[in-house]
Amino acid sequence: MCLGVPGQIVSIAEDGGEALVEFWGVRRTVRLDIVDEPVAVGDYILNHVGQAIRRIPPESIAETLAMYEELLAADDGDPMRADITGEIAGAGRPA
Amino acid sequence: MTSAARLEFRSRETVRELAQRLESVVAAIDHKPVAVMHVCGSHEQAIAKFGLRSLFPEDLDVIMGPGCPVCVTDVPEVDEAVVLARQGVHIASFGDMLRVPGSVQSLTDAESDGAKIHVIYSPRQAVDIARSLPHEQVVLFASGFETTAVATAALILERALPPNLSILSSHKYIPPVMEIVAEMPATRVEGFLAAGHAATITGWGIFERFVERHQLPVVVAGFEPADIMAGLVELATLVRDRTPRVVNMFPRCVTREGNIPAQQQLWRVFKPTGGRWRGIAHIPNGNLRLRDEWAHVDARRRFEIDLTSLWDYAPPQLAADCICGDVMAGIATPADCRLFGAECVPDKPVGACMVSTEGTCRIWQQYGGPRVVLRTTA
Repeated sequence: MCLGVPGQIVSIAEDGGEALVEFWGVRRTVRLDIVDEPVAVGDYILNHVGQAIRRIPPESIAETLAMYEELLAADDGDPMRADITGEIAGAGRPA
Repeated sequence: MTSAARLEFRSRETVRELAQRLESVVAAIDHKPVAVMHVCGSHEQAIAKFGLRSLFPEDLDVIMGPGCPVCVTDVPEVDEAVVLARQGVHIASFGDMLRVPGSVQSLTDAESDGAKIHVIYSPRQAVDIARSLPHEQVVLFASGFETTAVATAALILERALPPNLSILSSHKYIPPVMEIVAEMPATRVEGFLAAGHAATITGWGIFERFVERHQLPVVVAGFEPADIMAGLVELATLVRDRTPRVVNMFPRCVTREGNIPAQQQLWRVFKPTGGRWRGIAHIPNGNLRLRDEWAHVDARRRFEIDLTSLWDYAPPQLAADCICGDVMAGIATPADCRLFGAECVPDKPVGACMVSTEGTCRIWQQYGGPRVVLRTTA
C-alpha cells in the first residue's frame, strides 16, 4: 500500500479540494487536501487511498509510468498489481 | 502463483552495476554476515518479484521488519472490530484486514455469522456507505501507517462526518518501532532502509534522532529495483565506514522537512500512544489514536466494546505455532515456520503475515517460496 498509483489531472473542482484524475483510461476523483505542491490540469499526481500525496515532477513522469505499467502487466494474483489496482479503486467515482 | 519477474527493465544494466558495487562494499566490511532491515511491504514485494536477493552478496541479509500495517494490528484491535460487528454495527475496512485473525474470529468469520462487513479501498468510501445506510451505525476500522493515517485525518478535517459514522483507529506509526527493533537483544540489524513514500510525508529529518541515539544508519529509498539496490549500496557503505547518518536516496520525492501541511493534519487528529504490535512488543508511541477533540467520532467512545463477550468461543488451535511476530521482528524468516506453505497458505492463512499482500509470508509464498526468494546464485 506504500506504492500509490500515478494519474493525470483532467480537471480541478472550483474549491480546489478535489481533482478528476485519469488512470490508464479510468477517471476517478482524488482529494487534494495534502498534496505537497500546487497542482494544475495536466500534472501527474501520486494517489494513495483517495488522496494525492505528491505531485510527480515532470522529469520523472515517463519513468514512473513505465514502472507501473510493467507492474500492472503481471497476472491476477500478483501482490504489487493487487495493491496498485486497489489504489485506483480507492479514488472516488465521479458524480 | 506468480513467478519472480525477470528484470526485463530499462534499469537492468544499472541494477547489475549496482549489484557489483554492493558486492565489493560488503566484501570490505570487517565482519560477516551483515544484516540490514527494511520496514515496507512494497520493498519486500519488489525484492521478491524482481529476484533481487539473487543479486545480493551472500554475506548480506536484507530482512523485512514490521512493514505490514495489517500484520502488526494486534489481536485485541481485531477483537474490537469483531465485537462491534457482532453487535450489528456495519464495519468498513480494507480487504486485507478482514481475514486477520482475532482471538477467536476474524471479520470474515463474523461475516459468515451474519455480521455486516464492507470492503473499502480508501477511508472516504466509508462516508458513502454511511450515507447509504442512514439508519445504521457504520464504523471505519482504519488501518495503515502514517501515509494512510494522513488520509483518515484529512477526511475527518474536511467536513463533518455523517452522524452514523465513527472511526476505530488501528493506525500505526513506524519511527517508534525502529527504536524497539534496534534495542532487541536478539537483533542483528545494522542499518535501516526507510520507505520512500512514508518519508514523503514525514521528511527524512525524522530519522536523525534515531541515528543519533542508536548509532545505526538510515537510508531512504524508492521502490524500483534500481532504487532499492542504490539504497543498499549506500547503507552498506555507511556500515562499512562506521559513519551512521541519514542519507536520502529518493531526493526526487523526499525532502528533509517532508509534507508539512500533511503532518499538521495528521497530528491535529491523532496522538501517538503506546500499544502492542502483534507478536513484536509494546511500542511506545506506536499507535495513532484520535485526540480528545474528536471523541464524538471515536468508535471507542461511542460504543461499549466488551471484549469479554468473545470468551465463550474456543480459540483456534494452529495460531499458537505461528511465528509471525518473530518474522516481523526480523529474527526469523518464513522458512523457519513449520506452518508456512503447508497449513498456512494465502487461501487459508493462519497468521497475519500470510493474509496481507504486504505480509512477508504472503509475498514469499506468492513469488515462489523461500528457495526462490532466498536463492543466492542466479
